[in-house]
Amino acid sequence: MTTTTLAPTATALRGRRLPKWAPIAIAALALALAAALVHGAGLGGWVLTLTVGALLYLTGLYAVATAVEGRRAARNRTWSALIHSAFVLAVLPLSSVIWTLVSKGAERLDGTFFGTSMNNIGPRDATGGAYHAIVGTLQQVGIAALISVPLGILAAIYIVEYGRGRFANTIRFFVDVMTGIPSIVAGLFVLAFWVLIVSPYVNDGRPGYSGFAAALALSVLMLPTVVRSTEEMLRLVPAPLREGAYALGVPKWKTILRIVLPTALPGIVTGVMLSIARAAGETAPVLLVAGGTAAINFNPFEHNQSSLALFVYSQATDSSKYAPARAWTAALTLVALVLVLTIAAKLLARRNRLGR
Amino acid sequence: MGESPSRSADARTGGSGVTTSHARPAGAVASAGILTGTPLPTGPEFEPGPGMGGGGALPRRRTFGAERAFRGLSVAAGTMVLVIIIAIAIFLIAKAVPALRANQVNFFTAKEWFANEGRFGIAALAFGTVLTAVIALLVAVPVALGIALYLSHYAPRRIATTLGFLIDLLAAVPSVVFGLWGREVFIDPVNDFAAWLNRYFGWIPFFDSEGPYGRSIMLGSLVLAIMVLPIITSLSREVFAQTPKANEEAALALGATKWETIRTAVLPYGRPGVVAAVMLGLGRALGETIALAMTLGATFGISFNLIGSGGNSIAANIANGFGEASDLGRGALIASGLVLFAITLVVNMTARAIIYRRREFTEVAA
Repeated sequence: MTTTTLAPTATALRGRRLPKWAPIAIAALALALAAALVHGAGLGGWVLTLTVGALLYLTGLYAVATAVEGRRAARNRTWSALIHSAFVLAVLPLSSVIWTLVSKGAERLDGTFFGTSMNNIGPRDATGGAYHAIVGTLQQVGIAALISVPLGILAAIYIVEYGRGRFANTIRFFVDVMTGIPSIVAGLFVLAFWVLIVSPYVNDGRPGYSGFAAALALSVLMLPTVVRSTEEMLRLVPAPLREGAYALGVPKWKTILRIVLPTALPGIVTGVMLSIARAAGETAPVLLVAGGTAAINFNPFEHNQSSLALFVYSQATDSSKYAPARAWTAALTLVALVLVLTIAAKLLARRNRLGR
Repeated sequence: MGESPSRSADARTGGSGVTTSHARPAGAVASAGILTGTPLPTGPEFEPGPGMGGGGALPRRRTFGAERAFRGLSVAAGTMVLVIIIAIAIFLIAKAVPALRANQVNFFTAKEWFANEGRFGIAALAFGTVLTAVIALLVAVPVALGIALYLSHYAPRRIATTLGFLIDLLAAVPSVVFGLWGREVFIDPVNDFAAWLNRYFGWIPFFDSEGPYGRSIMLGSLVLAIMVLPIITSLSREVFAQTPKANEEAALALGATKWETIRTAVLPYGRPGVVAAVMLGLGRALGETIALAMTLGATFGISFNLIGSGGNSIAANIANGFGEASDLGRGALIASGLVLFAITLVVNMTARAIIYRRREFTEVAA
């Protein structure tokens, strides 16, 4: 009985709607019109056709929807189309980056690339590899992690567990500010502080470009990331755990080391891995303070070192016709390294029982 | 027993109230304060009085113990952050001042950069830095906000999580890879676009260049826009997703369309967060080095011509000019880095101050 009485009211309440096929029809019409316009006048290629078509679609949709549904619904439709197109617009260049990385990077993906350095490789040699650069990246990032991880975790412990009042807030604020320090400024800082002022004392007065200097610069960049992620994880540790430990008479430092840190560990590892991934991709500081070299150098404390990111940069700006292939393969290796670290970190974060 | 679930629920919010409660001895725990979520009063009036809790006196605090040592270690680590920031400023100034004294022209107004001969100025570089960053943001911000809204309010849940994950991954791609891509791949479509712009819109001064096109401000800022896109997207997506459901439902109940809901409920709520995200993106764009060193033409001049080969930025100039720099030249580069440090410091501090203000606001509102 209700259906028969309600039906007329429902249609009266619900305004007139565009049929489902209308947007598709407008899109086809707009595209045809754009093609005719662009090619008829000879203004440009298919890119322009698509752009003009999209604009015509938006105005056509707005006009038709205004006529049928009213202005508010028309606006709703237009903005929805705009938001969807923003998404398409962003996917295009990003998929292009990934596609060229894989297609161009596969060219030199062979044993020579991973087994040899650039020593004695002239502009006419098609061989040569990134072994020295991979060694450099691993050593520099490893040392940087050794410096920044303990320091960062301790700083986070101070902020969460001990810090009170103005001083702790100041430190928290500057950790956030430090996240935004450009990598080149970190490189210049280590250049001024370590390479030009401190290391000449142990290096017979010559500036000491080395892998360790690069590690120092990378640790300046990693520190705020480690502190922030650790801080967030420590805050997620449930209060009853701590209270239980205090109730058993465990001193505060032991509670932190034995109860709080193990509970937060998966999250802390995630943050550390993300910061390592970020540091591995940094070029500018390594360029300034490691010097770069073509030979293998296993000693991070003496003489120039290279890194994968620096290798990409130097090969990309090299004039040899074989250099771009090496640059692309190195870039592919670097992205693979960074993405594996990032994905592993995110999966670990998903399994983290503290959750978000 | 009944109070432990609500306590851990409170702990999950991560507010400052969680940790302040532990500084107090167990006898003085005011569970009422924890339960209601109000921050515990700190100060002398809340020191535990005698007689709360049983047992004898607590053992006296030792002067040299593990507790003291651990605490001291963590305080030192926290102070280290401040020390590093101050040290950056001090060492950059220490190396920059001798070079600035040897400079024969005005550092802030000169456009040339012959640092090894003692004539260098930052005007053209600073102009290029700001111009590329501003164009990059003009391109990236609308698109990023569109994607953020798509992910938070339009896309199906499953697609939104996957895409959000992908966007986060893109933020991790090193800038040198974007630079390589811009230099070798993206340069061709941009060149075609530049030629097309010049043909039909050459009467606008921005696009008035007969070529060569190549590595131009347009290429550099478009690459930069693609790089800052993931940062702005992921931050503003979080803010949009945090909009109180009640606000959105109220708008919908009043008959608002989806767009009107977004305009009246989501965007005003997210505005401070979006401003902060844009500022962080600006900070990143200003400091970006390698991608710009690989895609800009490295010229020294102030010009609004976007499509002609040219353009430069402070950071790109440091990367490009470092190889040939003498002692004086290095000092000059460090001086320009000091300017960059100051600019990004101001931008970042403003962004963080906005976020902090917002955080207090949401905590009160929640």
